[in-house]
Amino acid sequence: MNFWRAIAVATLLAAAPALLAGEIAPEARRSGYAFMGPDTRAMQDDDTSNPGMLFVLDGETLWTKKTGSAEKACADCHGDARGSMQGVAARYPAFDKTQGRPVTLDQRINLCRANHQQATPLPYESRDLLALSAFVAHQARGVAITAGEDPQVKPFVEQGRDLFMQREGQLNLACTNCHDDNFDKHLAGAPITQGQPTGYPMYRLEWQTLGSLERRLRSCMSGVRAQAYDYGAPELVALELFLMSRARGLPMETPAVRP
Amino acid sequence: MIAGLTFACGAGAEELAPYTVVGDGIPASLTGTPGDAARGRALVLARTTTCILCHSGPFPETRFQGDLAPDLTGAGNRWSVSQLRLRLVDASRFNAQTIMPSYYRNDGLVRVGRSFAGKPILSAAEIEDIVAYLATLRD
Ligand code: HEC
Ligand code: HEC
Repeated sequence: MNFWRAIAVATLLAAAPALLAGEIAPEARRSGYAFMGPDTRAMQDDDTSNPGMLFVLDGETLWTKKTGSAEKACADCHGDARGSMQGVAARYPAFDKTQGRPVTLDQRINLCRANHQQATPLPYESRDLLALSAFVAHQARGVAITAGEDPQVKPFVEQGRDLFMQREGQLNLACTNCHDDNFDKHLAGAPITQGQPTGYPMYRLEWQTLGSLERRLRSCMSGVRAQAYDYGAPELVALELFLMSRARGLPMETPAVRP
Repeated sequence: MIAGLTFACGAGAEELAPYTVVGDGIPASLTGTPGDAARGRALVLARTTTCILCHSGPFPETRFQGDLAPDLTGAGNRWSVSQLRLRLVDASRFNAQTIMPSYYRNDGLVRVGRSFAGKPILSAAEIEDIVAYLATLRD
């Protein structure tokens, strides 16, 4: 092997950090989309049949609506979301200097409301918050996920990883037991996916509405009969951040459709 | 070989019937009486009991069966009643890394949901019914 090739190979090896036990290799990562039947896929693929697009349209209206005592709209600071918000959701949760910790897209929206619009926070899972975050995340559709790369969030990624590995609840199961060790298998007949957070907020047919990633995580926690963390809890944000870093390279799909 | 360990319950938690592990099983019924196999079958099929979330078995009436765990068909050939009882009470004694929950345990767990805290997943009587049913699964 010549010198330059040896260097190229060494660089390649260095660029691909060793996987931890149980971790899914980058080329083996698959969105929940890959596990769905043709009907659900078709519903997601066609914007006119994707029920999540109604929320995206609502979000587009809210984007330009003046709100709060500052009488400002999101668009007054950020302009056309198609440019300013392009790809943003692919790197969330992201570090916020004033908070000294990572914040989710929902939390960022509420921070903007508080600090720049002088408006009250939108409650978690409210239609307006889901609509705004769906609209913003939709501007990242097709963009590869990069969340977790900022050195400032590394400790929080590690916290999320620990939570992912931690058995909990009366059934004493960890996220990793299902989503690393048993994807492609079935829980009571339903497919188990890798738990990739690519399409949030997303429309779940079972919910009959759009829901956040936090809602999904809370329902997995209740499923193992654990005490779910409250919306916005640092533990949920850390888990969300870990999941996004675990999905590195997968394209965003918001608004996804899942059974 | 006798590993005679008797378990008492933790303070504040629901009282568990004491049981004695002998070898790789629990020879004595947790309730002192034999279970009812018909009730046991109904319990195994009930989603809230959680068995068929992971297992499949000779249950032609339902499509909703899991494949994270071995098919229960023939379990009565492979295991004695004593072994089946310990498997349900605490499967981690057969495999420390198992994903199968310990059905008769009320402590040492993390962040158990409010309505489940301090309680075992199944009662002693439910475990006896399920053991009686599994013992009939012979091929
Ligand atoms: C007993 C099995 C089990 C455990 C434990 C579990 N989940 Fe899930 N999870 C599921 C099933 C089943 C679904 C629905 C199908 C799917 O998307 O995988 C799901 C869905 C998800 C999804 C949605 C994926 C998508 O495509 O939208 C995410 C994300 C997720 N889980 C994360 C977690 C996290 C984080 C934990 C731990 C707090 C966890 N899960 C614990 C079984 C489990
Ligand atoms: C979360 C998954 C899970 C649940 C829920 C579960 N099991 Fe299991 N079970 C397993 C796995 C995995 C094994 C294979 C051995 C091991 O890993 O312990 C197993 C093994 C067994 C065996 C031995 C199988 C054989 O023939 O070798 C029996 C019997 C059994 N389980 C019965 C039950 C019953 C009855 C219930 C409900 C009360 C139940 N299990 C709930 C995962 C589960």
